[in-house]
Amino acid sequence: MSGGRLVVGVDVGGTYTDLFLFDEATGRARVGKVPSTRGQEAAGFADGIIGLAPLPDISAIVHGTTVGTNALLERKGARAGLITTQGFRDVLEMRRRDRRQTWGLTGNFVPVIERDLREEVPERTLADGSIHTPVDPDAVRAAAARLRDAGARALCIVFLHSYANPANERAALAAAREVWPNGDITISSDILPEIREFERTSTAALNAVLQPVVGSYLSTLDARLRDGGFGGEFLIVQSNGGVMSVETAQRLPVRTALSGPAAGVIAAAHIATEAGFPDVITGDVGGTSFDVSLVAGGEPALAAQSTIDFGLVVRTPMIEITTIGAGGGSIARVDAAGLLQVGPDSAGSVPGPVCYAAGGTRPTVTDANVVLGRINAERPIGGKLARLDRDAAADAILRDVGRPLGLDATDAAAAILRVANARMASALRLVSIERGHDPKRFSLMPFGGGGALHAGALIREVGLARALVPRYPGVTSALGCVIADMRHDRVRTLNRLLAAIEPEALRAEMDAAVADLSALLDRAGVAFTGRSVTHELDMSYLGQTHTVAVRLDLAPDGSGPVTQAALLAAFERAYGGAYGRLLPGAQVRVLNLRTAVTGRRPKIDLLSLAPDPDASLDAARRDPRRVWVGTWQEVPVFDRLLLPVGACIAGPAVLEQPDTTILVEPGHQGRVDRFGNLILEPEGAAN
Amino acid sequence: MDPVTLAVLKGRLEGIADEMDATLFRSAFNPTIAEAHDACHGLYDAATGATLIQGKFGLPIFVGVMAFATKAVIDKFPDAADGDVFIFNDPYLGGTHLSDLRLIRPCFRDGRIFCWLGSVGHWHDVGGAVPGNYNPAATEYFQEGVLIPPVRLYRAGALNQDILDIVLAASRLPDVAYGDLQAHLSALDLGVARLAVLLDEYTPDTVAEALRELQARAATQIRAEIATLPDGTWSQEDFLDNDGRTDEPLRIACDITKQGERLTLDFSRSSPACAGPVNISRATTVASVYVALKHLFPEVAANSGVMDPIEVIVPAGSLLDAERPKPVGGYTETILRIIDVLFSAFARIRPDRACGNAYGTINALSIAGTRADGRRWVLFQFFGGGHGGTPEGDGLSHGNPPIATAIIPPVEVMEAAYPVRYTQWALRPDSGGAGEQRGGLGAVYEIELLEEHAEAFVFAERARFAPKGVLGGGDGAPNHIAYRRDDGWETPPLGSKVVGVQLERGDRIRLESPGGGGRGDPARRDPEAAARDHRLGYVS
Repeated sequence: MSGGRLVVGVDVGGTYTDLFLFDEATGRARVGKVPSTRGQEAAGFADGIIGLAPLPDISAIVHGTTVGTNALLERKGARAGLITTQGFRDVLEMRRRDRRQTWGLTGNFVPVIERDLREEVPERTLADGSIHTPVDPDAVRAAAARLRDAGARALCIVFLHSYANPANERAALAAAREVWPNGDITISSDILPEIREFERTSTAALNAVLQPVVGSYLSTLDARLRDGGFGGEFLIVQSNGGVMSVETAQRLPVRTALSGPAAGVIAAAHIATEAGFPDVITGDVGGTSFDVSLVAGGEPALAAQSTIDFGLVVRTPMIEITTIGAGGGSIARVDAAGLLQVGPDSAGSVPGPVCYAAGGTRPTVTDANVVLGRINAERPIGGKLARLDRDAAADAILRDVGRPLGLDATDAAAAILRVANARMASALRLVSIERGHDPKRFSLMPFGGGGALHAGALIREVGLARALVPRYPGVTSALGCVIADMRHDRVRTLNRLLAAIEPEALRAEMDAAVADLSALLDRAGVAFTGRSVTHELDMSYLGQTHTVAVRLDLAPDGSGPVTQAALLAAFERAYGGAYGRLLPGAQVRVLNLRTAVTGRRPKIDLLSLAPDPDASLDAARRDPRRVWVGTWQEVPVFDRLLLPVGACIAGPAVLEQPDTTILVEPGHQGRVDRFGNLILEPEGAAN
Repeated sequence: MDPVTLAVLKGRLEGIADEMDATLFRSAFNPTIAEAHDACHGLYDAATGATLIQGKFGLPIFVGVMAFATKAVIDKFPDAADGDVFIFNDPYLGGTHLSDLRLIRPCFRDGRIFCWLGSVGHWHDVGGAVPGNYNPAATEYFQEGVLIPPVRLYRAGALNQDILDIVLAASRLPDVAYGDLQAHLSALDLGVARLAVLLDEYTPDTVAEALRELQARAATQIRAEIATLPDGTWSQEDFLDNDGRTDEPLRIACDITKQGERLTLDFSRSSPACAGPVNISRATTVASVYVALKHLFPEVAANSGVMDPIEVIVPAGSLLDAERPKPVGGYTETILRIIDVLFSAFARIRPDRACGNAYGTINALSIAGTRADGRRWVLFQFFGGGHGGTPEGDGLSHGNPPIATAIIPPVEVMEAAYPVRYTQWALRPDSGGAGEQRGGLGAVYEIELLEEHAEAFVFAERARFAPKGVLGGGDGAPNHIAYRRDDGWETPPLGSKVVGVQLERGDRIRLESPGGGGRGDPARRDPEAAARDHRLGYVS
């Protein structure tokens, strides 16, 4: 362990690498932004840190990465091989017999491991865990050797029902190791001992194709940092919002699939809880999408699985992020029925909105914001462009939206924003109202570059209490890296009737899971301020195929008695809450046990980000400009970062900072809290 | 109405139907609803029953038929009251087949019906001669299941226990039926509650105006799409293998006339009604035309307005206008063939959008038996196949049928639930039709019985007539079904239909599903793509 005192969070995005440095000794924080170097992420990363602080001074580097996600989306994973049960070679390619979209029978699917790299071996386990046919190690060795010779760099082994009995997979692993040239072998019962062969195969296959890519990326990075004198902990953010060691990340790279966005949600949860608003919905407006996540009581919602792209399913607990195709680059058009549509088609970052003057010709949400003066055309955020072409944006809006609807450019731009806001609002409703959460309890936390322009409209439309704009919305994910706890999850399929559950056996199963996961925490060599354990059961009435997640009410360390009566009561609470009715007398089934162990890391004091005590409203004031806020008005403009604590700005007003623009709408006010967050709320609202 | 409010309301209303879908899928008991999503929710017109809004996740074919189902309730119950819930499965009134239970509930506002909400789903078993209700040998609906006419399950919020008892008594699996019923009721409760909030927020007049406007715009939109087609007349036909009784093909023929903004689809040259269960009611015929058009023009809205400029001609006594008691249990096969015929016809009308036929059969398998401990079991499963080659590329392998968005249950879940072992679950080489864009592959499924004894049924098609290619593309491989008893593989005499085959422990049943039709001349296929087909074993 080094004597360093800096903790650094690093979020490598497509365009920029964001850095967040926290000095434990002084309690001060700094942010940094360097261009990402595509293909050379490791070098850009290390140089970015070195530019801000000497490596020996750093005690921990925590990294949110999109290397894995991008490799999957761009199909740049490594060549990998699959060995599976005889008769089941095509599970990965057959999926769950779905299609890309409901309407229109177009679009096909190429699996991440193609058919000539998928081998079958004689073996079979049955649903009750009994071995019907033992695995033939010679066949496994021969299959592995063929895959190796065909150029596969990683291997995965997936046998039917291995969640019920992993013996055949483990025997195959031992045989394959004899001929496999490296350690990159995944067996499905290790990575996901859960029923459903396609989801398990897909998760294992994605892990295999990522292993060489993420593994070498992290090795290169680690070596480069160590060479530079870094002697601290190097940790990776997982999709579940917790961090893991580099060693674990190299073994389970599929757990980084949503690493970057998950870190953002973790930061949002922490910032909002500290600010006194533990119930928030995060809204990240990017170029092509709007990503929404719900945090209730300071806890981000988790999803059991996620689809990276059609047919690419990852089943491992992840921060639940709902994405709709409505971002700054979403294209506005009038369809054949004369209805205004915004998205899901997007101009992306290339060619981008019309106002970027980089070849885009179709009007976007960003163009509408520019035409209405909400985005400052003379001083765009991000610092890449000198100015934006407002006239070209207005022409495109008039041509594609205004004339077909009989509106002028201003009204057409306003209509684009209304429809875009309505779509974003529906995503917010989907994660809140439609899951039984009262929006009046929730605050919206916009992050990313574009969110704060829409926050006012969204809280009004959805009925949210307020919006909370963090002080540095552009580096939220990097901040999240610094904050994240270490967390490991494990699932185990039980598939038994509740009446047949023996409480002592279940308790022993739970304790074993905790012991395994705690050992992972111990091995990481990280100091924790505390640990906590949660156990959840996936339960249903017998005969149902979907389950409800039932959190067991136990001590914080996961200990405590388990009884059938308590399990039934907990199930009925969860089921009644979800569906409004119970089925008395029906038998109850327990499908899976899910255990999570969290090692808490020291939290940074967010007051270190607060505005300078000498700040004043006058010093923050900039020249007013004309902005459309229902009508054209001369609107006051402020430099957001120079606003003092306690400042309260009545709408309409525009607040500018290097990484975002905030619109305080008429009837709303913007208040700076003691951390430097900006709280947008209806005028006169009490805290 | 201003287009922006309209767009907002459209999203909100669709969201309500989507959420009803999700509630039913997650809490239903039978996997055909819970996993295969053979169900649908929507909002229907207070007076006419026309489909106003349908959820995104429901079965496409129901968009059209639920309008007829709602109309049947409107006609029979002019005294419908707040809190009433109607239930029925009469296919001659509501389309499709007896397995689809429809629950329909009026949504009241200010003392009158604002609109109707519907929740329909495919139940596991409603009695009849064959467990799971796919009876290939039926000659009257009485052999397919118990028919429930539109009746009041709830009167002003109070359950009518007598009706519930009759509905449950009809099923071999009453517990599953009860669970599914509760899930439908949860979905309807949720829809009523969500709609009430929306009406408070926007007023009933505004929402009603938006619904009218959406219908009108859907009609405008489909007219605009039709106008892009050349004027003319085209004829297309295809065949069903047989009716499950006599091994004689049945013709589905359509003469399409396009003039200006109107389309006439004349099915007069199709076969007359048959003895077996591949007849369909007029409601189902109209609905399947809608599904085909929506696949060909994905942008058009999911409401009844789409059918405004389209005339569908079906003569009385046709296979496509079944009257009771003609059996209709195999309706899926007939509507898939209608969709294939329309795909082939439109390939000639709009070659730029042409797609080869998809695999064209749902391959409904049921295996039923009794366990050693006396418990009854019914395994029921639909299977996948190839999609046709498309302007974008090769067809999708192992997709779901165009009438459904259903996914297939995992082997591990099936084996955990039923005494069977799947011995193969694989792509079927050489099943995709050749073409510049090859058809997607079908699949091979083989299942072994682990209990002492069971009885198997398969309801399928496309064993005699393969899925067609378009623009010079080759046909997909036809369906092939076989069972192994006493070490010998046998194929069913009717090709695609298996009626009550007795299986003993260790016996197997095997389905090799069709691939999709190819698109364009195979000689124009990219040599690299052809080499890849061989390397990966898609083509032997």
